[in-house]
Amino acid sequence: MLLRHTPKEITDRKILTINPAKTCQPIGAMYAALGIHNCLPHSHGSQGCCAYHRSTLTRHYKEPVMAATSSFTEGASVFGGQANLVQAIDNIFTIYEPDVIAVHTTCLSETIGDDIPQIARKAEADGKIPPGKYVIHVNTPSYVGTHVTGFAGMTKAMVDYFAESAGKKINQINIIPGYVEPSDMEEIRRIAEVMGVRTVLFPDTSGVLNRPQTGKYDMFPPGGVTVEALKSTGNSQATIALGQLASGPAARALDSKCKVPCEILDLPIGLKATDRFVDTLRRTAGTDVPDTINIERGRLLDIITDMHQYFYGKKVALAGDPDQLIALTEFLVSIDMWPIHIVSGTVDKDFQARIKEITQYVPHPVNVGIPGDLFLLHQWIKNEPVDLLVGNTYMKYISRDEDIPLVRFGFPVLDRIGHGYFPTVGYRGGMRLLEKILDVLLDRQDRDAKEESFELVM
Amino acid sequence: MKAVKEEPNALGIETVDPDEVKQTLLAKVPTKVARKRAKQIVINKTGEDPEVPEIGANTRTIPGIITQRGCTYAGCKGVILGPTRDIVNITHGPIGCGFYSWLTRRNQTRPAGPDDYNFMTYCFSTDMQESDIVFGGEKKLRTAIQEAYDLFKPKAISIFSTCPVGLIGDDVHSVAREMKEKLGINVFAFSCEGYKGVSQSAGHHIANNGIFTHVVGLDDAVKGGKYRINLLGEYNIGGDAFEIDRILEDCGITVVSTFSGNSSYDEFANAHTADLNTIMCHRSINYVAEMMETKFGIPWIKINFLGAKACAKSLRKIARYFEDAELIERVEEVIARELPEVEKVAEEVSRRCEGKRAMLFVGGSRAHHYQELFAEIGMKTICAGYEFAHRDDYEGRKVLPFLKVDADSRNIEELEVHADPERYRPRKTAEDMERLQSEGFRFKDYDGMMPEMMKNTLVIDDISQHETEKLLEIYKPDVFCAGIKEKFAVQKSGIPMKQLHSYDSGGPYAGFRGAVNFYREIDRMVNSKVWKYIKAPWQESPELTARYACD
Ligand code: SF4
Ligand code: SF4
Repeated sequence: MLLRHTPKEITDRKILTINPAKTCQPIGAMYAALGIHNCLPHSHGSQGCCAYHRSTLTRHYKEPVMAATSSFTEGASVFGGQANLVQAIDNIFTIYEPDVIAVHTTCLSETIGDDIPQIARKAEADGKIPPGKYVIHVNTPSYVGTHVTGFAGMTKAMVDYFAESAGKKINQINIIPGYVEPSDMEEIRRIAEVMGVRTVLFPDTSGVLNRPQTGKYDMFPPGGVTVEALKSTGNSQATIALGQLASGPAARALDSKCKVPCEILDLPIGLKATDRFVDTLRRTAGTDVPDTINIERGRLLDIITDMHQYFYGKKVALAGDPDQLIALTEFLVSIDMWPIHIVSGTVDKDFQARIKEITQYVPHPVNVGIPGDLFLLHQWIKNEPVDLLVGNTYMKYISRDEDIPLVRFGFPVLDRIGHGYFPTVGYRGGMRLLEKILDVLLDRQDRDAKEESFELVM
Repeated sequence: MKAVKEEPNALGIETVDPDEVKQTLLAKVPTKVARKRAKQIVINKTGEDPEVPEIGANTRTIPGIITQRGCTYAGCKGVILGPTRDIVNITHGPIGCGFYSWLTRRNQTRPAGPDDYNFMTYCFSTDMQESDIVFGGEKKLRTAIQEAYDLFKPKAISIFSTCPVGLIGDDVHSVAREMKEKLGINVFAFSCEGYKGVSQSAGHHIANNGIFTHVVGLDDAVKGGKYRINLLGEYNIGGDAFEIDRILEDCGITVVSTFSGNSSYDEFANAHTADLNTIMCHRSINYVAEMMETKFGIPWIKINFLGAKACAKSLRKIARYFEDAELIERVEEVIARELPEVEKVAEEVSRRCEGKRAMLFVGGSRAHHYQELFAEIGMKTICAGYEFAHRDDYEGRKVLPFLKVDADSRNIEELEVHADPERYRPRKTAEDMERLQSEGFRFKDYDGMMPEMMKNTLVIDDISQHETEKLLEIYKPDVFCAGIKEKFAVQKSGIPMKQLHSYDSGGPYAGFRGAVNFYREIDRMVNSKVWKYIKAPWQESPELTARYACD
């Protein structure tokens, strides 16, 4: 057994986190910053954090992930990291020539209390920031919040630093896609395009973290939202933000800074959430929904109705981030699956209530652990087994020990490909999710069937 | 259809002027930085000139340069203690550091039975919150240790401090002492905050000190075996230690403990009963070897099981140390049995790999050891360097007396170790040691990487992303070896990249069978057709010869 020390009996545990279902703020900030065109993320702290964040993102995407660090040593930790950051800014603009350096802090620089804007001003005064180039920042102390908070913070920083209002609205809508994969961002943009809506999508990691093999490496690939586009967000008609936690802060900031009204929706995962997204987009932009979208919706629904027997009554355990879990739980419930154990390491004050509401007609008690960890989830599963696991790669240890199939979803997925290229948002993303779920459930049925009841047609 | 064009034969070290390359690498960087980097980029000299040039190493990383280095915590918890399966390793700090070091290094472990401890699949963290940063985290740490004890009843619990812990002044060592007393099991802590030192290397040293102080020597029982050694600096990535164990066992050599691949707490406690310390990775573990020699009288030698020839040489060296005819004979039998198969594959693979060129920028010993494997299939190493090594790993231990102790190294405690009044037992008499040495046997010696590299090769310490890209452009090597952070940028340049930290889920590469795996892996990589598909047919020949389009 891989997790041989996890007891079935659940005892009181107040402090020790075991097998976390979250990680720290800066990695989310780094991921978001990679969604700006010509931007180099910078980790202001000791170099280990940066190395860890780059490694984890690289393992997840199997793509280059570049970021710089202030490389604090003991001295910087005592006297502050100003000299380190000023030097870093100089080196980065001289050697790598990005348009933007997106600084995030770490536990170390936060504990010291480094003032990033002040240091950036110093760098500017010293002539280390070439004209037309930017240093933006977000504070990401990891002893507050999680990777989701860091993502939300860097996305908000894009608004704080760049959004401008010229007083005259232009014919475009901002979409803040949330903490989703490059493939998802691409899909959200495609849906808007198909509907004929002009959008600014930010951050946008598509084309950055799912790049083609061209035989030529460019540190700054064509993808990412441009500074110019970010500036224009203040003049957009409206903002549609997907995911309360990841996108809410930026949407609200844009509203208060530039008076761009916002609607904050769930991530468009599954039929109903995608319906709400498409409908909101339609209403906000005043367009019709074209047939292409109707056909996609019809296909997703077709899979649901045709294969319903395999979903019905199947118990599921989930772990991940609140924005994802809310949409995913709703999707599973909508096809009559029973999500019964749900865990997130990220605290969201509305989460418990939302999940209770979504699962109110599930004919089974539902455990919600927030903040919770994978150790707790595993204990719940030992007490009340499930048919399916949905979560990141770390769940494969539970999957193997308990012999329960796993659909990989969320962050990080370290051992499979696909998430960079194939979305799980929108109707087409819903189809992909269902295909994945059916694959593992039916494979399991095939594996376990008696010879006489081994089915050819399913 | 037109055949796919071969890339023009790229440049080798014979045709490139290394001085010019060096200038290119430094051309774009600010002057002050260039001055510092110039010391860390050296053109190798060997041959008639006995002294390899001096290299700048183990110095501060330049902020903003895009380094591949990690931190002290990673070196301590991730590298040295991580591979041990039965200690509950609690990361004291906010969640990230513990999360990222959870199972990511591929250290394989094999508990003896289904009921034996194995905590390697777990991540334990105190998950510090803001209030802990303000009011201190000691109380939380105490409770975390208690909860871990209540749940798992382990033999030992260790604590790893991350950056904020040092700053807020938590006394992790006194908490450990207190809980050790209370629980009656071994509890010990490491002050391995990420900002200490200039790289992972500081963390290795801190880990060595801690394990030596708190665990080595706790169990004096001399267990069986005639030739008893410790294997130091072998982390069982991809099962390397399993393969080495297989060979040693065949030779009749007993491995008392491995630091720290597939290791257990009890092995560490018993390590001082061995009669010889053998060191694989000199950088990460030489401290423990030195301290064991001073305190318990165990001599150490440098060995290397990467490369079939190196492996055979190392086995002979161990046998020679024990000066036992039976062992010497047994070792020769094992080599005679294993080597032909390996040589057969090497010869076959060489036919396709001969003359191809590799670059290695990794670790504190791997960039050196893997050159052996490349050489065995006729490949040349044209540039190499370490991430976190010191000058002795490059130039050899002869430079040790001349190393400058700077502020960063001074921060890492040097333990004062004395001979143990009861347990110090020289494994060989002074005369025997001297005789062996006069016969050419070398104790506590390591020549470093540079003397074994060709003249005019470039040796670069703590290579930056910018320098990496320039090197790839200039030399277009056939394979580039480094870590995960470099992997895909290199591959996007159309050059196959082999990870030598994690082996890309491959391995083992150590020992005889490992050598075969490595030859085959490199053969696969440097001779694969998949790299030739980059250009689509219409990019290869864009000219239009006929038009079928309906206007
Ligand atoms: S916080 Fe410090 S200990 Fe943790 S990863 Fe960063 S540098 Fe390393
Ligand atoms: S938790 Fe803090 S110290 Fe650790 S990796 Fe994250 S930012 Fe760095």
